[in-house]
Amino acid sequence: MTLDLPFVWAGLIAFAVLAYVMLDGFDLGVGVLFPFVPEEGLRDDMMNSVAPVWDGNETWLVLGGGGLFAVFPLAYSVIMPALYAPIIGMLLGLTFRGVAFEYRWKTKRGQFFWDWAFAGGSAVAGFFQGVALGALVQGVPVVGRAYSGGWWDWLTPFSLLTGTALIVGYALLGSTWLIYKAEGDLQERAFAFARRSGLATFALIGAVSIWTPFLKGAYMTRWLGWPQILYTALVPLMVLAMAYALYLGLRDRAPLRPFLAALGLFALSYIGIAISFYPYIVPNSITIWEAAAPHASLAFLLVGASVLIPMVLAYTAYSYWVFRGKVNAHAGGYH
Amino acid sequence: MTAIDLARWQFAFTMGFHIVFPVFSIGLASYLAVLNLLHLLRGNPVYLDLFDYWKKIFAIAFGMGVVSGIVMSYQFGTNWSVYSDKVGPILGPLMGYEVLSAFFLEAGFLGVMLFGRARVGPGLHAFATLMVAFGTFISAFWILAANSWMQTPAGYAINEAGQFVPKDWLEVIFNPSFPYRLVHMVLAAYLTTAFVVGAVGALHLLRDSKDAASRVMFSMAMGMATLVAPLQIAAGDAHGLNTLQYQPAKIAALEGDFETRAPAPLIVFGLPNMETHRTDYALEIPYLGSLILTHSLEGEIKGLNSFPPGERPYSPLIFWSFRLMVGLGLAMAGLGVWSLWLRVKGRLYESVWLRRAAVLMGPSGFLAVLAGWVTTEVGRQPYTVYGLLRTADSVSPIAAPAVGASLIAFVIVYFAVFGAGLFYILRLMNSPPGAEPALPGPLRAAVVNSADAPLEGGAL
Repeated sequence: MTLDLPFVWAGLIAFAVLAYVMLDGFDLGVGVLFPFVPEEGLRDDMMNSVAPVWDGNETWLVLGGGGLFAVFPLAYSVIMPALYAPIIGMLLGLTFRGVAFEYRWKTKRGQFFWDWAFAGGSAVAGFFQGVALGALVQGVPVVGRAYSGGWWDWLTPFSLLTGTALIVGYALLGSTWLIYKAEGDLQERAFAFARRSGLATFALIGAVSIWTPFLKGAYMTRWLGWPQILYTALVPLMVLAMAYALYLGLRDRAPLRPFLAALGLFALSYIGIAISFYPYIVPNSITIWEAAAPHASLAFLLVGASVLIPMVLAYTAYSYWVFRGKVNAHAGGYH
Repeated sequence: MTAIDLARWQFAFTMGFHIVFPVFSIGLASYLAVLNLLHLLRGNPVYLDLFDYWKKIFAIAFGMGVVSGIVMSYQFGTNWSVYSDKVGPILGPLMGYEVLSAFFLEAGFLGVMLFGRARVGPGLHAFATLMVAFGTFISAFWILAANSWMQTPAGYAINEAGQFVPKDWLEVIFNPSFPYRLVHMVLAAYLTTAFVVGAVGALHLLRDSKDAASRVMFSMAMGMATLVAPLQIAAGDAHGLNTLQYQPAKIAALEGDFETRAPAPLIVFGLPNMETHRTDYALEIPYLGSLILTHSLEGEIKGLNSFPPGERPYSPLIFWSFRLMVGLGLAMAGLGVWSLWLRVKGRLYESVWLRRAAVLMGPSGFLAVLAGWVTTEVGRQPYTVYGLLRTADSVSPIAAPAVGASLIAFVIVYFAVFGAGLFYILRLMNSPPGAEPALPGPLRAAVVNSADAPLEGGAL
């Protein structure tokens, strides 16, 4: 039996992107919540709760992009020009919020500016990631081996909705993370943020899910055709169950469960997107197998990935373990 | 300007900003690892003071490297999509290995290195620092393999879709220019960092010539300059001979000679003119060109005219960037020899002029790296993959306004963001080691230095 390498790699890239969205999602979410916490001391705690891990979280984005370049170069070379403006917007947002982690502590006079860079950069990055996702779901026209659409194709009501949904979803991840990491006043507020952003996230997941089948006939048959609806219906049912778990966790004031439930919501939504995409990597234009690099490239990188990804997961877990527990001034930064 | 000009400017601009950060973090991560290990072995607190001092600077530089690097990994696709499609099967896996083996390693242990000393103890903390340093080196390995493959492609075939596909991965990775470029670049990173560390040490010695920590870093940096600068000159010479073998047009352009001559002189200064095919106001030293490039007095060196006009790199630029790099390298070696002479005479910490020179030479490594990078990359033109894929055939099907707008955005954001970062780094450097950095007003931030704080809050 031979491995279907393009399929394996599609799974690995999908895993990398999901890992990115879940991990950087909560630290971007902490940034999105910054404007709602005006107190400097609480902002210190918020930033310190993610400072040791944000860089590792963001590396999954490089793996997603770099991996696409490596194993699906055709998809990479079509998607990037198609999403030109959202990608540039995301990168600029990530630039501002990334440097804010260090700069914020280096100045008193300019601190408000870097606070805004952190909040604004996080929100802009999350928004454009959502827009990029929405634009992909809508489909990307291809002629030959190149993108053939216009420069503003990505900008539609649907992509604006997915952009908004992702900011709100990140805020949910960020607030449930803070429930887990914070104490006292900050944790109280995180509970309040989580209730509101949880409700909004649930509503937005619903809106995107209802809209998606009407974008393309293929999505309609994929989701609502008989008999596969018996399977696809599981996804919305599990989303409902996960939303209920989130509700219970918040009601019981559990420290960790709301965060896990929020991650679950993200994973399920992501599975929903994967169901819509498959077998395409560029929806309705290029399949996984058409985009795949030659066998020698896939095999070469897979050898390394099968050793290195478990190692990465192991020391990433170790790093989270080192910085376990509640964040406070004593466990905080070195600045 | 056309879309391709704008895309090239955008790449040059974003890359020019990016390249200085990894160069500095490769060198500084190794320096931090050395300081950490010295403290572990000898227990002298001055090493820990220096570690904490440079750690703060490293954190800023590393952060700037991360954010400017993410831009690079997406820019291949946005502006150079045809190139990405064609080289992805070869260069993609190399960069994939870089992410998996280097970026995650650095990121995973960076948090422990910066924040975790009290939590993990000095032994594991030293290990984490070593892992970060090791990660920066692995990163250099893979990215230079990729860069070198574009200069001297090997181990590939071309498929029916026009993509480069791998035939022999060992040949791809260990392509002809890779070993030379790797050594040259890693030494450049160490030298660059040594001159920054030396300048900071010298600055504080100018203010207080007895300061122990400043003496330690000044001495270590001058030692590196003494040892590494001559090695770098030898590595550069070997790299030049390798380039002559595989990219003779690049050598002709950086030598600024249009005529093929044997024996060939060295043109020290002049103004190469691509229209008239001659170098105006040339100041030549007979035989020296042959001597340097063929290691014989009579060797023949091909001039630019022996290559078709469409194959010639732009000599007026790389003639000068090459001379800037070499001149700075010689100055670095000179400072190293000077410091060695004073060290032997036991007066390393006494010469005010050595300190002044060291401060002046602080940024020399960055300038040399940028000049060398311009020389080798502009010297590869008009190709992205040398001899095989032209730059003009690599660009995305993009409209000039989109590239122009994003270029303007990058210019504004980079100058603002990295300008601020440079300012904060310089301010940290301006405060002496062992003291809390002077800030305008008290920072109520988490000032707790992890080093001595008791471990608490370990419960989940």
